Amino acid sequence: MSKPKVAFYWCASCGGCEESIVDLAEDILGVVAAVDIVLWPVAMDFKRHHVEAMPDGSITATLLNGAIRTSEQEEMARLLRRKTQVLIAYGACAQSGGIPALANQFSREQILKYVYEDSPSTVNPEKTRPQTRFEEEGRVAELPEFRNVVRSLDQVVDVDYYLPGCPPTPKVLKGALEALLSGKLPPKGTILSPDTATCMDCPRLDSKPQDLAIEQFRRPHLTAMDPEKCFLAQGVPCMGSGTRGGCEAQCPKGNMPCTGCFGPTSKVHDQGAKLLSALTSTLAAKDEAGINQALKGIPDPVGTFYRYGLAKSLLRRKVDLQ
Amino acid sequence: MQHKDKTPQAPEAWKPRLLAIFCNWCTYTAADLAGVSRMKYADNVRIVRVMCSGRVDPQFVLDAFARGADGVLIGGCHPGDCHYIEGNYKALRRSELLKRMLADMGIEPKRYRLEWISASEGDKVQRVINEMVTEIKALGPLDLPGRAKAWDEEVAELEGELKEKKGECANV
Ligand code: SF4
Ligand code: SF4
Repeated sequence: MSKPKVAFYWCASCGGCEESIVDLAEDILGVVAAVDIVLWPVAMDFKRHHVEAMPDGSITATLLNGAIRTSEQEEMARLLRRKTQVLIAYGACAQSGGIPALANQFSREQILKYVYEDSPSTVNPEKTRPQTRFEEEGRVAELPEFRNVVRSLDQVVDVDYYLPGCPPTPKVLKGALEALLSGKLPPKGTILSPDTATCMDCPRLDSKPQDLAIEQFRRPHLTAMDPEKCFLAQGVPCMGSGTRGGCEAQCPKGNMPCTGCFGPTSKVHDQGAKLLSALTSTLAAKDEAGINQALKGIPDPVGTFYRYGLAKSLLRRKVDLQ
Repeated sequence: MQHKDKTPQAPEAWKPRLLAIFCNWCTYTAADLAGVSRMKYADNVRIVRVMCSGRVDPQFVLDAFARGADGVLIGGCHPGDCHYIEGNYKALRRSELLKRMLADMGIEPKRYRLEWISASEGDKVQRVINEMVTEIKALGPLDLPGRAKAWDEEVAELEGELKEKKGECANV
């Protein structure tokens, strides 16, 4: 019997998700032995035309990471969807837009102008911008189009499963690969991580007060953080209560508050709005002046509450951008 | 009005849609009073009754906008008068940050409002609703569903292009 074929691909990605596959360490040898890897641009030399030549549905599973920003990423997502039986959105960017989706607060023009003209490290007196078509001596190069909106994978193609995390941990990846290889697949659409809040795995949970009565929100880099006490009890915004578990509370264990990369639990509709609600309603102040004083510690609510999920939020994007 | 050029054009027949979420004990009773007292207010408003303004999750507000509301009004009991003691303070705390977040996401501040209206203030219900409807009329439609559709057109276009290409070359 031939081995199952697996593809890994990256779109608008930082490379961390790819790295996390290597983080399987010696377990990767088991994976490599059990499957045929048919596409993995970061590690192996396969070209797009190799994938195009495969019959539709011939790849058993594709783990695709990164958000969708360019036309090339859209095309690859569609191509891989067609060639694949089980398409997995791998990591926060593929699942919900991730960090790249924070760019949904800016227009395409604002981004291109900053990157190619205004950023302090840019030297570009001719204000050259990337072109989608370039011709020289009869040869033509076509480059991808930069789209207006950053999207999650499922906003472009049908997705079978989600592996959350920025990046997913080796443990959730291993669990997913085992499920795939054993053929014991959960219902379509399942997020392959426990549906409990991160707080439940956090060693600081016992020190989380019943009534938080937060006096002042504090920013982590300006605060000496007690390594044992619940961050909320110290006024440091922590997203553990609205964030799906599965990461084993690695950040709180490393003295950093949870920033929400595993996405919401199934009971939460819009992660950012829910977290905003959970954190602010516990403030001590009862008047506008006091509340706004306490809120000074959250200068960027969108970046704080939608750090990984702006593309999948109810608003999706800053609404008045062209 | 700074984004007027980017706001979807108000068609002739456009009527702003305002969602009001009122607490059972004060503001909803006040709206009832306005009704029985035959106080006229704009008919653009749909009122939803919740037990307490503290029950209003910011998710409700975003959901309303995402489904096509042009404005959202929340009404609760005056500070100190909450039937559940602290509910309206919770509403106020959330509201302060929600207002900032909505502004950061490009939703004009006048589209969202939290008001304390006691059971006897039928006239305040009338005034606040009328004010808000006038302000939203001046802003024009928010039309989030329409904007989302426009954002997705670029994806649909590519799908069309690929289908064309597929017709040309079976290998793609
Ligand atoms: S989910 Fe995190 S690790 Fe993966 S590509 Fe996105 S930013 Fe990088
Ligand atoms: S809020 Fe953060 S620090 Fe507190 S228990 Fe939850 S995950 Fe741990």
